[in-house]
Amino acid sequence: MLILTCPCCGVTADETELAGGGEAHVRRAGPGASESEVEDYLFMRENPRGPHFERWRHAYGCGKWFLAARDTATLEVFGTYPAQTTEPPEHIRAAITERHPGWRWRDFS
Amino acid sequence: MSTRRYSAFALAREALRDHLGWQRAWAKASPKPRYDVIIVGAGGHGLATAYYLGKNFGIRNVAVLEKGWLGGGNTGRNTTIIRSNYLQDPSAAIYEKSRALYETLSQELNYNVMFSPRGVMMLAQTEHEVRGYKRTAHANSIQGVTTEFISPERVKELVPIIELKGPRYPVLGALWQARGGTARHDAVAWGYARACSDMGMDIIQNCEVTGIRSEGGQVTVVETSKGEIGCGKLGLVVAGHSGVLAQKAGFRLPIESLALQALVSEPIKPCMDVVVMANTVHGYMSQSDKGEMVIGGGTDAFNNYTQRGSFHHIEETVRALVETFPMISRLKMLRQWGGIVDMTGDRSPIISKTPVDGIFVNCGWGTGGFKAIPGSGWAMAELMAKGHSPLSAAFGMERFREGRFIDESVAAGVAH
Repeated sequence: MLILTCPCCGVTADETELAGGGEAHVRRAGPGASESEVEDYLFMRENPRGPHFERWRHAYGCGKWFLAARDTATLEVFGTYPAQTTEPPEHIRAAITERHPGWRWRDFS
Repeated sequence: MSTRRYSAFALAREALRDHLGWQRAWAKASPKPRYDVIIVGAGGHGLATAYYLGKNFGIRNVAVLEKGWLGGGNTGRNTTIIRSNYLQDPSAAIYEKSRALYETLSQELNYNVMFSPRGVMMLAQTEHEVRGYKRTAHANSIQGVTTEFISPERVKELVPIIELKGPRYPVLGALWQARGGTARHDAVAWGYARACSDMGMDIIQNCEVTGIRSEGGQVTVVETSKGEIGCGKLGLVVAGHSGVLAQKAGFRLPIESLALQALVSEPIKPCMDVVVMANTVHGYMSQSDKGEMVIGGGTDAFNNYTQRGSFHHIEETVRALVETFPMISRLKMLRQWGGIVDMTGDRSPIISKTPVDGIFVNCGWGTGGFKAIPGSGWAMAELMAKGHSPLSAAFGMERFREGRFIDESVAAGVAH
């Protein structure tokens, strides 16, 4: 059972109270974008085996969106943070680097 | 003299000489410096690809690399259901090809895959599902796939243990494919492996791919835990780990990897001789030849590579099945496990060339790959040998950019 702490209301909730929203920090393709940029935005995903950033909604709680950093190979949670960020904050990166020395944000995009 | 071909006569002969003549089903192999074709992934799809490369196109300088053991991934973790009652034409074509190949696979491979066309029933439990399945039945009749929409009375006749009245969702009818069914999943991988080995192909287990090198946009070398191996063409057929290998080759895939769980009960006397799927309430069930009830449900909502899923999904599946089959409420469950399924945006597979010349991918079968093993191998082999296959043409990965989706979210939604 996956357990995450909602950074908006502070409640620690298991996954039955939450709704997954897919990969985080996906940049929307704007007007004038090429077909392959739109394809990247809509379909292409990092899908990493290791540290991963996700959108979650505290659906049966405060209802707010937030972001979580998780390891898809071990199910370890590195932390949660507000949805109003465009890239993972420093303390989350530090937590990931501690486990995975040499880890870089978006290794191959 | 050793016994290679399996038959009643061979069994009798071996019985008379203490079974000393049986040979290993496939040879142990270590990598050669170079192969014409390397297939990564010795599951059903990878082995079937290698088999049809050899059988249909005479390409036999082939290695199949496997990180773990043969058939130890989703091939050994699925609920063994075979059907072809999909909605879209390209899906019906490849799944029906596959189902048709299953009919004669045991004879062809000289290996008993225990194909059992016992019939697959997909329950309609809402008005929308009734309409959806009637539409599928009409589409199937145009596609030449034999299915029919049957009444609740006929459902009860075929499955006496079912509860038609609900309580949540009454059974309003079902989509019935009489020649769908099940097969022994391990035997499918073993049978293909034996046939590949007989053609001189190398099946190399415990050999993890650690890197993929290319020169001038053309694949040249596969780096593995057993050293570097050169190749002319490379087929990536690794289901849930497709994204990881694509990253090593330098491109991305429109795929997310999720955990899908299944479970089996203690063995009981025969009580249900068809496969029943209940998509509205999320559960499906069949009875194995050993008597165990084989049960599957839905995927988790988040990316996961751990081959174990969340308990509440099992709970949801079991709750749904107890409502549908009240007599199983006291059954004890023996085993539960998970597999990593590779989901695409339109719930249809990818059998495709890639941005790197010489690399081909066969993935995205998601929650329903087992049924497709022979057809998928057939199409992938043709694509790799000739650069084009009518069966796989619609399943190229460029379809996402071009907006040509093969939307099977209704047919494939939950149950496989």
